[in-house]
Amino acid sequence: MMRDQKLWSWHVAAGIVILVLLGLHMTIMHLDEILRFTSLNPAGGEPIDWQNVVARGKMVFFAVTYVLLLGAALFHGLYGLRNILFELIQGAGAKKAVSVLLIVVGLGLFVLGTLSALASFALARSL
Amino acid sequence: MNDSTPKEVLYRVRRFEPGRDPSPRWQDFTIPRTPGMTVLDGLWTIKQTLDATLSWRSSCRMGVCGSCGMLINGRARLACNTQLSELGAGVVAVAPLPNFDIIRDLVPDLSPMFDSHAALMPYLIRDDAAEQENPTGEFAQSAEELEHYLQFSYCIKCGCCMAACPTVATDPVYSGPMPLGQAHRYNSDGRDGGFAKRREVLSGPSGPWRCHFAGECSRVCPKGVDPAKAIQLMKRELVWDYIRLRKGHPPAAVVPKPTEIRRRPNIPDAPPRSV
Repeated sequence: MMRDQKLWSWHVAAGIVILVLLGLHMTIMHLDEILRFTSLNPAGGEPIDWQNVVARGKMVFFAVTYVLLLGAALFHGLYGLRNILFELIQGAGAKKAVSVLLIVVGLGLFVLGTLSALASFALARSL
Repeated sequence: MNDSTPKEVLYRVRRFEPGRDPSPRWQDFTIPRTPGMTVLDGLWTIKQTLDATLSWRSSCRMGVCGSCGMLINGRARLACNTQLSELGAGVVAVAPLPNFDIIRDLVPDLSPMFDSHAALMPYLIRDDAAEQENPTGEFAQSAEELEHYLQFSYCIKCGCCMAACPTVATDPVYSGPMPLGQAHRYNSDGRDGGFAKRREVLSGPSGPWRCHFAGECSRVCPKGVDPAKAIQLMKRELVWDYIRLRKGHPPAAVVPKPTEIRRRPNIPDAPPRSV
């Protein structure tokens, strides 16, 4: 019976993870003039410059946080979508089908996104 | 009521008798308008002078019993607590509370709400049943502890919040603002020890999880209760509980009844009885 309590708690936790990681993203990408992240932007110039992107792409920290952000965003978003859909549909069978569909879609996108993150990490390391 | 106030008022009342009428219909009644008239007064005038079959539920006429919740000009309100002057000079449209089946005319079937209410055990749950049956003292509670749940205890179970809730309208499993608000009221009561038992229901699909904080329940509540707040606080409590960080408390201890009660100074005597 604790299922909804558990899912909601993870939904909140995922929201906090998103908040922190997006905050980190915004800080790195938009506050570089103020904070001067020389280790994250070794080539100088804009954080979006190719050399800086490759430099960050080589770091394990960023590969891990990409995957973490992906997982948190997928869970948070799809659980929210599930709540919305549950208001629009009736019947235990239909709700079960929606849950299964969202789990399959979520896992599929997570695997795809993780492989992409790992591929970009490997590519950056090879440069 | 000044000279410009209309002398009559048009009531547009939703009529429906399941089993006899194929569908609900509107019926118009024009009645005299008197100073200080409430929507409930008008319904009584219709019943006494125009149509004795008109049905609704009411009792106290003073916004206490919660019987006369109705949809008045599109908003869930208490008929006894709504002055015609609040509604302006237009038509007074009266319908039964939405989100409930209709028993007849303006009488909603509130039993699903009270079933959900009962399922959430809206009473003090303690281990000392003997003390509750035959009290030897009082359950200690400070004024500060009272504040934790006081506003939620003002609920009169009129069902206006349930009628205004968009989630109740679409999700038959959702308990709704009144039962959830009352569950929070007892969970927040220092004398209660029933959180774990109520959690059995609250942690499932009928719990607070489907609430998306539209806030309509709080907007329409005729007693100023804030069920939307109670539901958000309850969600927080349940998250803390899930991650084992909820600050639980044992039910308040039994303390002896005070023996030396003295009247505080400067409290004037009550006026003499007039009846």
